[in-house]
Amino acid sequence: MEKSQGSVWVLAEQIDCQILAVSYQLIGQARKLADQLGASVEAVLLGNHIEEQAKELILAGADTVYLGDSPDMEFYQPELYCEMIVQLAQERQPTIMLIGSTFMGRELAPLIAARLQTGLTAHCIDLVLDENHILEAKIPAYGGLLSIICPQKRPQMATIAQGVFPKPEPDKTRTGEVIPLDIPMDTPRRIQTLEVVREVADGVELESAPVIVAGGAGAGDLEGWHKIADLARTLNAALGSTRPAVDEGWADLETMIGQSGKVVSPELYIGVGLSGEQQHMVGITNAQVMVAINNDEKSPVFEQVDYGIVDDCREFVPVLIQKIKAYQEKKVTC
Amino acid sequence: MLNMVVCVKAVPDPKEACNIKIDPHTKTLLRCDVPLVVNPLDKNAIEAALQLKAQFDAHITVLSMGPPEAGNIVKECLALGADQGFLLCDPAFGGADAYATAFTLAKGIEKIGTYDVIFCGMASSDGSTEWVGPEMAAMLNIPVITMVKEIVESDGGQWKVKAGIENGYRLVQVQLPAIFTVTRDLNTPRTLSFSGIIKARKKDITQWAVTDLDVPAEAVGLKGSPTIVSELNTTESKREAEMIAGTREEKADLLVQKLADVGVL
Repeated sequence: MEKSQGSVWVLAEQIDCQILAVSYQLIGQARKLADQLGASVEAVLLGNHIEEQAKELILAGADTVYLGDSPDMEFYQPELYCEMIVQLAQERQPTIMLIGSTFMGRELAPLIAARLQTGLTAHCIDLVLDENHILEAKIPAYGGLLSIICPQKRPQMATIAQGVFPKPEPDKTRTGEVIPLDIPMDTPRRIQTLEVVREVADGVELESAPVIVAGGAGAGDLEGWHKIADLARTLNAALGSTRPAVDEGWADLETMIGQSGKVVSPELYIGVGLSGEQQHMVGITNAQVMVAINNDEKSPVFEQVDYGIVDDCREFVPVLIQKIKAYQEKKVTC
Repeated sequence: MLNMVVCVKAVPDPKEACNIKIDPHTKTLLRCDVPLVVNPLDKNAIEAALQLKAQFDAHITVLSMGPPEAGNIVKECLALGADQGFLLCDPAFGGADAYATAFTLAKGIEKIGTYDVIFCGMASSDGSTEWVGPEMAAMLNIPVITMVKEIVESDGGQWKVKAGIENGYRLVQVQLPAIFTVTRDLNTPRTLSFSGIIKARKKDITQWAVTDLDVPAEAVGLKGSPTIVSELNTTESKREAEMIAGTREEKADLLVQKLADVGVL
């Protein structure tokens, strides 16, 4: 292998041989950074029967894909995955390594960072280069934005939530190299994934929903939460949540919108019983129209939306649902 | 005997943490005296250890790194039922990022010596990372399972746990010693009891400084951190809400009209 003159890496991820949206999005951003640096974009893809998928990463913007394709890697195996990536990174010395904030990425990224003795910024909402070509990873905090840099150690590593960057259009004319990786046999196997169980998520998918209703702690209890879920159903909207709603056990982690959840850009967002916490709001700032319902007229959420209603959401939402249904029926009959 | 270490972090009380803001002029943090509490997910980590101690012959060590005030949260863990407490406390540890924190805690764990299981909360509430547990695992060269939501088998040297993945779980078998970072799904943390507080009075907290850990001062704290904060910017909202007023019915009618105008109904 020829030693690359600086490369921007993306740890791509597939589930059931489907490359995740966040992996394509990161390839797109890696391409932008690499073009500014005069570097190449290289992706690592591990799994089983995924040779065709590796080519899709090239069409999305990668110059090189390192492909680990083996029945041993059908499931995510932490030690094997980590060992392969660490060895390859030690050999190829990438300058930047980007990882999606998925369950796998959130476990693998710190393992790799510690092994490579480098820095890792968590759940960034933007990545830019400063005048010295150092990566500035932006994270929201304390009502502002922090720029985190890793000035000395390499690679500069960051995890990024799905939806932060747009998905690049595949360019059918792009060419690149797929380099197969040897599967090391001497990796410790102290961890074995015995089984992977996935449930089919019900309701409308957050990522592509034109309308999102998100609920927060103001729901009060599970009954209040169900009212917010009813509103989402009435609008044929996806139901999103805040960290407190997940913590209460009302909503699954997969529905969480924000810095460490999903970043989405619907046409309409209705935030119900939530206070406008920065970690949540950074996930929704690109919505076209934003509405908030909160019983506290001083809530910071009203400084971040287009329309505000001060009311107890547990009382107001059922009335709103009735009015929407009445409107929908009227529309059908005329 | 099952030896467990639980890593805990003192964080600003999440209920008041929203009061910590950046001064837009000086770009420094305005803390407004927010009290320190046990990081919420670390309570699930303590609870996991306490439940195992109720089943097996076991010993629980609590380990924290932080300012002297963090001794109070170690004391709280002792009052919940942990046997022994250590606080890594030295001005040299200040300003540590996740890597330097993991390094320092790992050195503390090596000095403690015997451990079969290390529990950590999956993340800290004060806006930082989820990296400390896995980074410690890499530094100690032991396996880690993150986002554990159920311990299925915990007798013997091989455990089986369920851990989170997208829309489901993975069932994983792991060889001890190992680190587990835990989620809220794992258990419901108990609250302090009066008798626990009385018993904790007799339990000691050992403080270790950088010299006790036998590491160079350059390897810890801000100096040992690969990442640094280069800038602190304030952000301004681009939106200003038009408040919809009136009776409940009127407000609902007006909102429906607005939604219809947007074209989503």
